[in-house]
Parts: sequence; structure tokens; C-alpha cells
Amino acid sequence: MTISISHFKHIVLLLLCSGITSIASAQKDSAHVNRQPTDTGRQKMNMDAVYNRPFLSVGKLPIAIGGYIEANTQYAATDGVSEGLSFQMRRTTLFFSSTIARRIKFLSELEFEDGTKEINLEFAAMDLEFHPLLNLRGGIVMNPIGAFNQNHDGPRWDFIDRPVSATTIIPSTLSNVGFGLYGKYFSRKLTIGYEAYLTNGFDDRIIANEDNRTSLAAGKLNPERFEENNSGLPIFTGKIAFRNRRIGELGLSYMGGVYNKFREDGLVLDEKRRMRVLAVDFNTTLLKNRLTLLGEYASVMVEVPATYSQIFGTRQSGGFLDIVGTVLQRRMFGWDKARLNVVLRVEAVDYNKGTFNETGGRIGDEIWAIVPGIAFRPVGTTVLRFNYRYSEETDLLNNDPARTGVIQFGLSTYF
Amino acid sequence: MHIMNRHYFIAALAFMLLILVVSCRKILPGAPSDDEVLDGPVESLTYEQNQQHLRGDVAFNDQVFTPETGLGPVFVATSCGSCHIADGKGHPFTTLTRFGQSDSTGNKFLDQGGPLLQVRAVPGYHPEKLPAGAPVSRLTPPIVTGGGFIELVPEADILAMADPDDLDGDGISGVPNWSYLPSYITPGPGSVTQGGKYLCRFGKKGATFNLLQQTVTAYNQDIGITSVYNPLDAWSLKDIDPEISSSTVHDVVFYLQTLKAPVQRDQDDPDVMAGKTIFNKIGCNSCHKSTLKTGYSPLEGLSNKEFHPYTDLLLHDMGPPLDDGYTEGSAKTSEWRTAPLWGLGLAPKSQGGQYFLLHDGRAHSIEEAISFHAGEASSRRDKYNALSAHEKQQLITFLKSL
Repeated sequence: MTISISHFKHIVLLLLCSGITSIASAQKDSAHVNRQPTDTGRQKMNMDAVYNRPFLSVGKLPIAIGGYIEANTQYAATDGVSEGLSFQMRRTTLFFSSTIARRIKFLSELEFEDGTKEINLEFAAMDLEFHPLLNLRGGIVMNPIGAFNQNHDGPRWDFIDRPVSATTIIPSTLSNVGFGLYGKYFSRKLTIGYEAYLTNGFDDRIIANEDNRTSLAAGKLNPERFEENNSGLPIFTGKIAFRNRRIGELGLSYMGGVYNKFREDGLVLDEKRRMRVLAVDFNTTLLKNRLTLLGEYASVMVEVPATYSQIFGTRQSGGFLDIVGTVLQRRMFGWDKARLNVVLRVEAVDYNKGTFNETGGRIGDEIWAIVPGIAFRPVGTTVLRFNYRYSEETDLLNNDPARTGVIQFGLSTYF
Repeated sequence: MHIMNRHYFIAALAFMLLILVVSCRKILPGAPSDDEVLDGPVESLTYEQNQQHLRGDVAFNDQVFTPETGLGPVFVATSCGSCHIADGKGHPFTTLTRFGQSDSTGNKFLDQGGPLLQVRAVPGYHPEKLPAGAPVSRLTPPIVTGGGFIELVPEADILAMADPDDLDGDGISGVPNWSYLPSYITPGPGSVTQGGKYLCRFGKKGATFNLLQQTVTAYNQDIGITSVYNPLDAWSLKDIDPEISSSTVHDVVFYLQTLKAPVQRDQDDPDVMAGKTIFNKIGCNSCHKSTLKTGYSPLEGLSNKEFHPYTDLLLHDMGPPLDDGYTEGSAKTSEWRTAPLWGLGLAPKSQGGQYFLLHDGRAHSIEEAISFHAGEASSRRDKYNALSAHEKQQLITFLKSL
């Protein structure tokens, strides 16, 4: 949710007030500042990620705060052309959570991207637990499609860039206003979690955008979507996930609904056009937690008018696989459980799966990339990352790909 | 700190630094050589000129139109770059369908959507349909580099190459395309006229006067973007507000004017040199003139420069195989402006790894394109067919070097 300047000022004022209160409390008795650390390098279920974060609580204040930052420098070149070295402040995110009463809680996530270029309220929802199997969540919720969208905090990842498929095929972070249910079933060997929400959806920009391709990411740019549903019909997002302590977690998710404004002022303007996303995600740890594999694959189907341009494809897909190997875990530089990880990501997306009507030839518009790197975690909530990324991107006609190399160093930490 | 830890850490840091140092030189992808790409500006542009070239580059290659910014509602492409990827030849995906004119008396289907068939429409609209009985031709987008050089060839030089009555008896009788100009085009003081028509040189039929006309027409007809120069909406056939600023139009025109000429590759290769000799010996150069010269330009990089487009910018009767029954300006339906051959070898780099040659992309190889030559070009085609396999290969190698 994009926030206006006046709203922003109010938020800053609120933060200052809470900060002053915190400092005042801390000066009285610093022991009242309670850190509730979480080793975010280790994962529960993806659906738990929103609350599985380190928080600070102050004295008896009924609110806990937290957040993270992500900053990096990078040098990139595409086919020999470079814009030089850049430093980037990608994200500053603030969390506020509160237990309102027994089994009633609230959490919000306010994100500042690229400094203050974008300010988004990514999550602001109340959870009400009737039973572990039946929880009601309402407000601005993260659509549970794939794993990355639910579990996207920078310090959790050993890579500086988010996966391409998780930002363009599934447009993380994707959140919308809506309501839904979630719950978990526990047995000795298996935990099963489900989530099901009805929310506002996308808009016509999915196929009418300056990206010149079908793009769910463009379709979420409408700032009105937090107060008005463009199509007038909700989209459904549902996920079921299975977790076994030894094997890992497998998630299957679906999101679908009408995206275009097919009627206005009682007039039917167009046909209803739907979009559907299917995603599968998994993660597992091997070799006594020294090797982690995690990945996600998503397939998108969008109804596009047959007489519109084939530039806007009807089917897309993409995914990534991350391999994180811990090569050192011991006391380093005074940090007791510091970890040095060697990491590798492979990823690919196809923005337009199909063939040209005119020639029968295969449509391009694809990217693949490989990202080796090193990550150093002095503590579980902080990571220093060094990545090299090589990618190739073909245009619509499948001409020779544009080759890009990026060298990155960055840090991310919860606070 | 434990000594082993320190060793590991130093090793990791050293590895990172090594990668950092090496990567800048080795693992960041390098630029292709200048002769492998079509884009890039002419030499000697000033700071201001480079800035305008860059603005034009962005408008041409990156500006994508949407229904919100004026696309259509009927259209062929969403951006200039969609048709001219990397400034190169186009693909059948964006081949244009023009219709409505069969002789020099003009287009009879302008009130039915002519001259361009907008085959696509934004959601909620329907694309145009070809009117019954309309003469039609399909035109694959050309490369756009070197346009500034072509624009600056003096009219006297073009007329000097014309030989309407074949007085030299070589079987070739090139003629210029004479066309009426739209009101926003101001011809230069020395422009030659013929019955109120002007000598034109751009387009497959050579019916477009200059790059401003080319740009304004493409925005209007291909993308559905109106400008102060052409405010007629292709769908409603009514004048509407401009959907693009004049300064952007001028930036794009400047960009096209200042794109470098394609650079020939492997000029010292023996096969290329032999192929060039064969090219001249069998008379291909009668129409595909290797060298033209620009007149004066305030841009140093374009002024009084020899360049090598392999065209005479004149119309030639190509015979029945290429006669679609459609024309523009004063050209007959079988007449086509000599296609510039520069950049021919790079065509597959913008056409998805394949060749789509001739005006409508029907030829999938250079050999096939030659085989479609008829009319005035029949004797040259026959001479090509009479070459040995080795000579043919040398000629094709030369053409691919362009």
C-alpha cells in the first residue's frame, strides 16, 4: 500500500513518540528492554514467517517492534555497458506487533524501499484464533502464493537479489486487503498447514503496461487497490503445506480471479478476463543442517484478448533453486555460532510461453541466471553477502541474449 | 580468535577480493565489436547532440505505449523498438499490411482505414479488417541505422543515377519516386519538384520524403499515437489531441539521423574480396550502388561523408514475382526502391536468428532473395545462376559481411 506524504509524516511522528518512550523506559531500567531473538536462518513453516521474527518489547508496553534493513553495493555490466558502481539502500522495514488479548494479535509491516522512494504497508492484519485449525485473519494480508512471498525478509536469505521468478512471475511482496482463514494440524511426523483468503486483486495493467509483457507485478501497481477492487470480484488465494521434520516442507498454492474492469457504472465494458497462478515450493535441510535446498516454481495463466498483441503472453513460468552449504560453524571474531555459507542459486523465467502466429516460431522473452556467492552470518539474524550474478535475457524474437554480470556485496540484518 | 578460523576467514576474503579484481575484467560480459551491432551514434557529436541522441534512443527503444498513454486503440506495435529490435530488420510478427493504392493517383481506401491495416486492438476494441477489393502489400520493417546519411544524399546525385529510358543500355532504368508531401514537411530550398510532387527516398516504395515524415507516420499508423504533425486518430478518423510531444518526435528523428552507418566486417577476407569483385562483375552494383556521398550537414559526422549503403535510392521494376498490386507515390506496383544491403549480414541478429528478406520477408536466405529478382534485375539474377558454386559462395560471403 503506497502512503501519501501526510500519512508518512504521521507515521514518522508515531515512530518518534514510540522511540522516545522506549529510550525513556530504557534509561530508567534497560533490563526492561526485552529482545526476543530468533535464528531466522533456521526456518519453521513458511506460513509462520510473518510472526517468526525477532522483536523488541519495552517494559510493559503492549507492543513489540522489530524490523530489518538491506543495503548493498553493486557493479553491473550488460554487454560491456556499465552504469558504474552503485550503493543501494534497498529496504528498511519496520514491524509492530501486539497481543491484543488471549488468542487475538495484530502485526503490521511498513516498508521503505530504495530509501524513501516507495513506502508500502505490506502487512497489517489482525489474527483471531478460534482453534489451532481455525484462525481468522483480516486486513492487509500477504497472499499465500509460493513461499518467497510469505517469507521474504532480507536477513533470511543468503542472496542479495530476490529471485526473478519471485518478483516478476509471483510479484512479491504481494499483499492485498482481504479476509481469510488459516490453521495447522499437527501429528507426530507431519504438520499440515492451510491458508485461504479472499482479497482485492489486480488490474488491467497486467496486460497494459510499460514492461511490454504480461506482468502481475505491473498489475499490482494500482494504489487504489487497497480501497477498491478493480474488477469488483475478489481473487482467491489458497495454500496447503506439509512439513516433516526430517524431510522438509512442501507447499502447493493457487491464486486466481478476474483482473480487468469489465463493468463500470452499470455498463458491461469487456469480457471477464481471469488470471491464475499455480505454485509449488519446497525446502529441506540435509547433512545435519549443513546443507539447505529450497526452491519455488510458479506457472501463470492470463486470459488475453486474441486480437491484442502477442507481446503479452497467456502463459508464463519461472522458478529458482537455492543451495546453501555451511562450510564453517563455530566461534569466529567473538561470535559464538557464526556461520560461513557457500551458496548457489539457479533461476529461470519464461515470460511468454508460446509460438508466433505468423511463423510458428517459439516466442522468447526469457531470463536465466546463476548466482554463486558467500554469506557470513555472525549471528542468525545478520548476514553479510557477496554474490556474483550472471544472467542472459533473450528478447521476444529469441535473438542473441543480452548478457549481464553483476558483482554485489551487501548486508542485511534484523534489529 | 582461533587460528584456523582466521585462516578460513582470510582465505574467504582473499577469494572475494580475487573475484572482485578479476571479475571486472573477465567475468563481466564485454561489449560486442562495433561491426557486430547496428546501434550507436555517428562520430563527432557534441555534448548536446549526444544528449538528444540518448533521449531519442530512450523514446525509440524503451518507450512502450499503453492504452493509458495513447496506444491504439488499433495498432500494430506498442513501441518503435518492437518493430526495429536493436535498430535492425523486423520480423514477420510486426510486418505491416498496407492497402488501398494501385497506381499513382493515390490511395482510394483512406476513408476505410488505409493505408495501414491495424491488425491489433487494445482490449474492448476490434482490429481493422481488410476492405474487400483493396490492393495490398506486406512490408517487413527495415533496419533504421544510417538513415541520416541517406537523408543527406543530394537530390542531384540521386537524379544523376536515374536512367528512366535506359539510355546507357544496361537494362537498368531507375526512376525516383515523386510524391506529394504532407503539410508539416518543409522541403529544402533546392528541392526538385515535378508537378507539385517531391523526390522521395525512404520506405520500401521510396515514397517517404524524410525521417520526420517516416517517424510521424510510424507513430500514427503503427502505434496509434497522434502528434501535432498528424493529429488524425487511425481508429476514429477524427483529429484528436497530440499523444506525444513534438520534442519527443524531434528527439527520435535526431536519433535516427545520428545512428551510425553499419560497418562492414571481414573486409580483408579473401572470399569477401572475391565476392565483392563478383558482385560488381555480374552487375549487382548497377542498382545496389556501393558508395554514395552526403551533402552538407551541420553535424560534422554526417557532413560530406562517403558511405556504403548498396542502393541507388531509385525505383526499379522487379517483375511479376514481386508485384503485389499495391503501391505508394508514383511507383508502379512492380517497382521497388533498391533495398540498401548494408547490415544484411546482421539481419538474423534482429530477426530471431533467421533471414526474412525482401519487402515482405518471404525470402529465408540471401540466395532465395536473389532468385526472386526479375524484371530489370533478370539479367543479374541469370548471371548469378551461371556462377560456379564456389563463386556463389564467395558472393554470399561478401553480402553477409555487409
